[in-house]
Amino acid sequence: MSEVATPLRVLLAKVGFDGHDRGLKVVARILRDAGVEVLYLGLRQTADTIAAATLQEDADVVALSVHNGAHLTIVPEVVAAIRAAGLHTPVVVGGIVPSVDIPRLEEAGAAAVLGPGASASEVVAAVRAAADSRSVEVAGRRSHLPEQSEER
Amino acid sequence: MSGVPLDPVYGPPDAELPGEWPYTRGPYASMYRSKLWTMRQFAGFGTAVDTNERFRELLRSGGSGLSTAFDMPTLMGRDSDHPLARGEVGRAGVAVDTLADVEDLFSGIDLGTVTTSMTINSAAAIVLAMYVVLADRSGVDRRRLGGTIQNDILKEYQAQKEYVFPPRPSLRLVTDVVRFCETELPRWHPISISGYHIREAGSTAAQELAFTLANGFAYVEAIRATGLEVDQFAPRLSFFFNAHIDFFEEIAKFRAGRRIWARWMRDRYGATDARAMQLRFHTQTAGVSLTAQQPEVNIARVAIEALAGVLGGTQSLHTDAFDEALALPTESSARIALRTQQVVAHETGVAHVADPLGGSWFVESLTDELERRAEAVFAHLERLGDGSMLDGVVAAIEEGWFQAEIADSAYRFQRKLDAGRFVVVGVNGFTDGDETRPPTLYIDPAVEARQLARLAAVKHQRGNRKVDAALSRIRAEAADPCTNLMPAFIEAAGAYATVGEIVAVLEQTFGAWNESARV
Repeated sequence: MSEVATPLRVLLAKVGFDGHDRGLKVVARILRDAGVEVLYLGLRQTADTIAAATLQEDADVVALSVHNGAHLTIVPEVVAAIRAAGLHTPVVVGGIVPSVDIPRLEEAGAAAVLGPGASASEVVAAVRAAADSRSVEVAGRRSHLPEQSEER
Repeated sequence: MSGVPLDPVYGPPDAELPGEWPYTRGPYASMYRSKLWTMRQFAGFGTAVDTNERFRELLRSGGSGLSTAFDMPTLMGRDSDHPLARGEVGRAGVAVDTLADVEDLFSGIDLGTVTTSMTINSAAAIVLAMYVVLADRSGVDRRRLGGTIQNDILKEYQAQKEYVFPPRPSLRLVTDVVRFCETELPRWHPISISGYHIREAGSTAAQELAFTLANGFAYVEAIRATGLEVDQFAPRLSFFFNAHIDFFEEIAKFRAGRRIWARWMRDRYGATDARAMQLRFHTQTAGVSLTAQQPEVNIARVAIEALAGVLGGTQSLHTDAFDEALALPTESSARIALRTQQVVAHETGVAHVADPLGGSWFVESLTDELERRAEAVFAHLERLGDGSMLDGVVAAIEEGWFQAEIADSAYRFQRKLDAGRFVVVGVNGFTDGDETRPPTLYIDPAVEARQLARLAAVKHQRGNRKVDAALSRIRAEAADPCTNLMPAFIEAAGAYATVGEIVAVLEQTFGAWNESARV
């Protein structure tokens, strides 16, 4: 575990036409209460806008909310776009995801999948765990910086 | 069951009666004794052919009306081949791109006898135009078409967020539909003023009531501004509320809603026809109250919520399926949901007496309190609009007031859950035994490919000259706010123009709406 000197920066977004933003807004405030710095991108994002914002804002975790049934399309695309930007930022997914799809999202690179009824402490724990796993993964490297050369 | 003779209604001799102004106790004197509520189950997924099968199954099972759920691209007025639609086609509702899909959707169903509800807002006028063309071509007189189109754009900005254009041009589309229905579809309900989504997005019951009725007043003012009289159009306005789990508060909400509407319509807007003062509503049980944990327990929640809707005097009801926190309902879970309200209707006896809770000190007091709270919201909006509810509601949308109020309530409720001050069975209490995972509806990813092929084929077969002419007409008429766009939409629908093509043309004139991203 690395010492957290600066607050965790978490980017929150929804992809596509899905307008159900209740969960995303509640999660934003739960994270803020826990001392997390929230970068709220909001509705109608694409994999590319999320990847660009992750790079530009130096986010530690990307939190995606999905209520449109398109998680099997959206999550792999967002993970791929983030990786293509040379980043290893973990992606945490929340929303309505049938349990049979959860392993598929994890295979696609989701660090965690939170369903309906997740408590505030579960949300905060999942985001922190995702950030920590990434710190371990890139231990020894300077985190947050794009590392295009290693990706290609 | 014991054979006790029942009066149609109870109360002291001087009590307000159902069917009497201000209709707190119900819009009709005999309520369900003369006619049960309509059991209208919302359905839609996959392609139009898939949903058509579900519609027929619901009608076979004793459902008395249809209700269509559209997928998110359709709700947003975009075609299935739009880049942002990837993965969403046919997922959370049925995909409709052209008249060809509407033809499939209602295949084998007599539009002259069934009533159809269509839950769509930004693209409402266009989809209604497609339905009218289908009726025309099937030889069904427009005057026989019965149903409802949601066409409530204001709550989209506030809660559901499926908006395309800015509020003012969107309101023009709403009033175009109302004016068209006034002359062409006299049995149609041209707006379903909806609190459901406001509640699902996190509001309290009091906010749902206040915001929804405020939107209703805004529509009344917008429609009156087109030259129609309230007594002409208001009888066709209908409402759509949420039935949540706080049983008595929900019943009080419905009763307060009827009373407020009656008072405002008569005293503020000068209605003289009783039907223009009577609030009639559809109810859906609260999707947001359903849990992914121990999902079978949701059947109990839905039954209690359905009962609240009925004791509150609803005119139609959708009962949610128990697996909706997991996925769209299966055919089996959808049937259990319908059966649940059939139990309420036929076994419990609650339909025998109108407003059985009228006169309860508790329910009457709650009704009064919800009315007071709603009036406080109306006063705020009226100040904001300088005396106009229409301007007040639009201004409050533009400044994000509704959105912030709703998000605050959602957050406060989550905090209550986290602190254990509200117990949801299976979620933050009584969590043992969450092993069952019912099979959920599987939507074949091939649906998207099938719909894309369908769209491509229709575009290939149609006459593009007719489409271009129809789109040019829409472009020209959109620029003139006094022209009703419905005839142009009907021409375009008949030429198999796509929803997305029509919306794109409108967007050139109307512009697009984006809310500022904030929490």
